[in-house]
Amino acid sequence: MFDWRWSFVWEILPKMLIATGNTLMAAGIGYAIAVVLGLVLALAQRTPIKPLTFVMRELVEFIRSTPLVLQIFFVFYVGPQFGIRLSPWTAGMIAIGLHYAAYLSEVYRGGLDSVPKGQWEAATALNLSMAHTYRRIIIPQALPPSLAGMGNYLVGIFKDTPMLSVIGVAELMHTANAIGSESYRFLEPYTMVGVIFLLISLPTAALIRNFESWVRQKLGMSK
Amino acid sequence: MSYLEFLGQYGPRFFDGTIITILQTILAAILAIALAFTAGLMRMSRNKAVSGVSMVYIEIFRGTSLLVQLYWIFFVLPLFGITLEKFTAGFVAVGMNLGAYGAELVRGAILSVPKGQWEAAQALNMSPAKRMIRIILPQALIIMLPPWGNLMIELLKGTALVSLIAVADLMFQAKQINGLTFQSAEAFGTALIIYYILARFILTPGMRWLERFMARKMGKA
Repeated sequence: MFDWRWSFVWEILPKMLIATGNTLMAAGIGYAIAVVLGLVLALAQRTPIKPLTFVMRELVEFIRSTPLVLQIFFVFYVGPQFGIRLSPWTAGMIAIGLHYAAYLSEVYRGGLDSVPKGQWEAATALNLSMAHTYRRIIIPQALPPSLAGMGNYLVGIFKDTPMLSVIGVAELMHTANAIGSESYRFLEPYTMVGVIFLLISLPTAALIRNFESWVRQKLGMSK
Repeated sequence: MSYLEFLGQYGPRFFDGTIITILQTILAAILAIALAFTAGLMRMSRNKAVSGVSMVYIEIFRGTSLLVQLYWIFFVLPLFGITLEKFTAGFVAVGMNLGAYGAELVRGAILSVPKGQWEAAQALNMSPAKRMIRIILPQALIIMLPPWGNLMIELLKGTALVSLIAVADLMFQAKQINGLTFQSAEAFGTALIIYYILARFILTPGMRWLERFMARKMGKA
């Protein structure tokens, strides 16, 4: 039968907390990349240049329908073959950022499509520039319907960071693996990883829901 | 070595891996669908204990990572006297994870069946079980099929993680071939393309067909 040792839990807790910091950092950096790159991917699909639209559409589909863990391996190992050496962190951030950028571009696309056509026409009639139209008219209206999706993917990217352990990023899962193979005790480290994830992701999901309704109220939209 | 030679030499291994990936996907999907309906319906129960059990399952599996769950099931569960063989542990973890997401889809779809349908079934004096099976579920099924399509792609992608407990799936073979040849672009690139083909040209059209088939069955096409 199993025996749960609290003394072992306290012993490894500092290491696990440092790793939690790394996990949060990985999720944060990855998400920042994804938020910006996702917008690029979404806007690139709205240009009048048909081939660009087609290529971007297929790229997004490709990234979305293949496993993230395989993409992480791909980015990490293919670079050196062509003389580009990437650190695990760099490769991991590129892979996870790109993966979620593809997802977020779909969220943005939905948001942008939901802005009524009359808004575009009105902006044109007022002789607003393209950049001005996007910044002041379209994006503020496209944002609220996108928020739920953006929030979901923020929690999603956090939950996908354990995959970075496969190339040696020292986040929670990697640390738990290291502790496990050192001490031959897997019960505590793996359970702690699960508990830490729950403790962070459940309140975050609730916070995001509140934030979403707050933004809707601020912009004078009904729930 | 040209890419064709590479394929000639390692093609059979990619093929074996693909078969295992497909098997894992099918088994995990069966488990996920069964769990999703069970947990989704339990979640709606008026009995606090029943809905509580379902809520704990859903929140735990949605709140943590698939990889964490997989390692826990494979490495920790044996300490409780439940030892699963790696192939089984793989699809059980994937199925349980996606089942939790599916449960929310089931619940959402059932709740979005118009209220009049519930009332009409009641007016016709149907028992709650009959009302659910004959009236509500068929309509809920149509509503939830499109999001299930996305979930199935997530499930297929999720099975790639079973390679980390050494199930010889497509991802595992790609890693092995990469280790043997150091041709990373070819090894991982081929695997990426196979996953893409499975998702885009088999799974997605299959789900679309199912959506049309169900709509026809329901007389909504």
